Amino acid sequence: MNHPCVITLDKKSPPRTLFSGDKLVKVDLPAGTRVIYTKSPLAGLKDPDAAIRYAINHPYGCAPLYAQLKPGMKVTIAVDDISVCLPPMKRPDVRQRVLEIVLEQLRDHGVDDFHIIIATSFHRRMREWELRNMLGDKIVDAYWPKRLYNHDAEDPAGMKYVGTTDNGEPVVLNRRAVESDLLIYVNLNLVPMDGGHKSVTVGLCGYDSLKPHHNPHVMRKCHSYMDPPKSALNTVVERMGKVTDAAINVFTIETTINNRMFDKPLGFLAKKEEDYTMAEKAALDAMIYSLDRTPSNLRQEIFQRVPAPYELTGVWAGKTEHVHPHTLKRCFEQYAVPVTGQADVVVAGVPYISPYNINAYLNPLLVQVMIEGYLHNLYRGAPVLKKGGTVIAFHQCTDKFDPDQHAPYIEFVHRILAETRDAMTMHKKYEEEFSKNPSYIELYRKGHAYHPVHPFYMWYWGEAGRQHRGRVIIVGADNEYIPKLLGYETARTFADALEMAKDTHGNSPEITCMKVPPIGMVDMTPSGSSAVSTSSNAALAAHGGEA
Amino acid sequence: MSASYFDVDGTLIRTNLLHPTAFYLINQGSPAKALSRIARAAFSAPILALSEWRDRRAFNESLYALYEGMTEDRLFVLADEVYEKVIEPAIYKGARDLVSSCKANGHRIVFVSGSLDFIVRRLANELGADDIIANRLEFRDRKATGKLIPPVVAGPAKAKIIRDHARSRGLSLDDCFAYSDSLSDVPMLSVVGHPAVVHPDAALERLARANQWPVLRLDGLS
Repeated sequence: MNHPCVITLDKKSPPRTLFSGDKLVKVDLPAGTRVIYTKSPLAGLKDPDAAIRYAINHPYGCAPLYAQLKPGMKVTIAVDDISVCLPPMKRPDVRQRVLEIVLEQLRDHGVDDFHIIIATSFHRRMREWELRNMLGDKIVDAYWPKRLYNHDAEDPAGMKYVGTTDNGEPVVLNRRAVESDLLIYVNLNLVPMDGGHKSVTVGLCGYDSLKPHHNPHVMRKCHSYMDPPKSALNTVVERMGKVTDAAINVFTIETTINNRMFDKPLGFLAKKEEDYTMAEKAALDAMIYSLDRTPSNLRQEIFQRVPAPYELTGVWAGKTEHVHPHTLKRCFEQYAVPVTGQADVVVAGVPYISPYNINAYLNPLLVQVMIEGYLHNLYRGAPVLKKGGTVIAFHQCTDKFDPDQHAPYIEFVHRILAETRDAMTMHKKYEEEFSKNPSYIELYRKGHAYHPVHPFYMWYWGEAGRQHRGRVIIVGADNEYIPKLLGYETARTFADALEMAKDTHGNSPEITCMKVPPIGMVDMTPSGSSAVSTSSNAALAAHGGEA
Repeated sequence: MSASYFDVDGTLIRTNLLHPTAFYLINQGSPAKALSRIARAAFSAPILALSEWRDRRAFNESLYALYEGMTEDRLFVLADEVYEKVIEPAIYKGARDLVSSCKANGHRIVFVSGSLDFIVRRLANELGADDIIANRLEFRDRKATGKLIPPVVAGPAKAKIIRDHARSRGLSLDDCFAYSDSLSDVPMLSVVGHPAVVHPDAALERLARANQWPVLRLDGLS
């Protein structure tokens, strides 16, 4: 018996609506295709502010926040950056709600020496107007830019060595955070790979502390990023997190949101096509017609500037290792759909947005990370695609980059990818050169560009997916060159792509269509195996109970 | 080993060649001499404007003709004051970080400037440059003749100067970096493997975007 989110198409089934970058396409999938939808949004908490106060006053594994505050102490509050959530949420953002309550407690307890740091790690700096959307005008007016600022991993005076793990991984973090009497971390957990020790240990670190886990050796051993116990990345981060916790008093506040990504006019995009009303069908046709005739920049504006109506579904506070299992459990509750049997061919649309292009174009390298990094990793147990299977993805793959945010990406795609697609070779031969490029470092520190090694990380991020899949066929590409650089084939239509896939998988391949976004993931049990064990429940039991 | 070649005026500092020149013209031995030199400069202004528009080298030559007759002693003694009052306050906030970042990565730092060598040297000392390539006044009987000793460091000549410098140091230009704010420095930017433009005007920014060169701002956080 299939989960309600999993349906099998027949000859009368209507076409599926998929994203193709910032356009929508209707795709006629053959009868027998399995389509996996995301779960309906969990109900939002009725009184988010009360829930936040309760969590802060009833933490796991440590004293309540108010009991840890003393006049004259030095406090740093670190906050997740713009890479979560997608797209940015309607005001007030969950982080604003949490921060307002935390700041109120600091004031009530005479704590004046506090800084708020956006934990960007190697991501781009956030702009003032973006911070206003995320933290509200009141906080930005009061503290930006002296006491509210972006982390700078390249500031030689701004980083401090904390310690080294038994495996020789150095932990070097933001100096202000390390030297504080209390570090409060405000997290927004979009997917299960977020949060936990990754918040502080990655969000506030520098290059020396990223190298031990952001490399192709570790990335290849992640099965998957969304299943922390099976992620080598998470294993290294947890080791480093223990070193952090031994040196810094961290009070973590983790939050989860539901997957209500589309507001009313677009809400039907999360529905099964069979359930579209006549009005929704007409709206979809009108939308496809208009988007096809709208210039690319305007399409971007339309999609990127519409915030999502996400709702808070959970909030927990305390010591990271006690808090995070609760967060993971709620995440999986929202996302995980049980599915049995892998597919020969996976069909998916690549949307216009990723964690790394908020208010910018989804450039070719990010198309790759969406297909091989994110889409591939949306599983526990086993990937949706069989080993050696074929991915059919929809995107224009336009040779277009945001020159301010993605300056180093341009050189990476056009110079490094033109020479090699082998992650190990680029890691050994080119990563160091980029890491020392003064122009790119300047753009990262003072402009709004991702760090010069970030494009390498984007390629490594796809490494497990690349090792697993056979072919990737892009439908709808506006050029041949970029897909070829990425190692992909192209097809003019879905029917052509399917015919190409049949060359590998025979005349009756098992086809699965992943209907994302909104975000979802699968608990995959390969045919003939027993059901996937849910590691988050085991972790939760180890740290005691439900919220 | 790599090198970073920096244009100076407008790139690392917000002043241009006219600012130190104006300082020298005003600070003459007597008010009468100062007035006379300022009057001559005012008379030359249209020629300077025209030559800047047409040819960067001609502009430099016209500008430095105004130094004719100034004594070597006076120029050198006043150079400290020019540096303290005109140049140092004009150093862009981010210039020190960028130069430090290049040095930290083992680059040889070279300032390539149309300004006069004895002023650029002071800035080089301050920011930690290894070499300077700048314009040099010709002196006869310890007085400036108003001519420059070739090669004149301006426009396309900067590209050749950089090539020669890299060759003499055994550096591969593919590994080198160059930074400039000026459209007249496009030849210099074009010969290195890693060019970047700094606070470009609209024309240079268009060119930089087309060539996918990084566009930097050193005048504070944006």
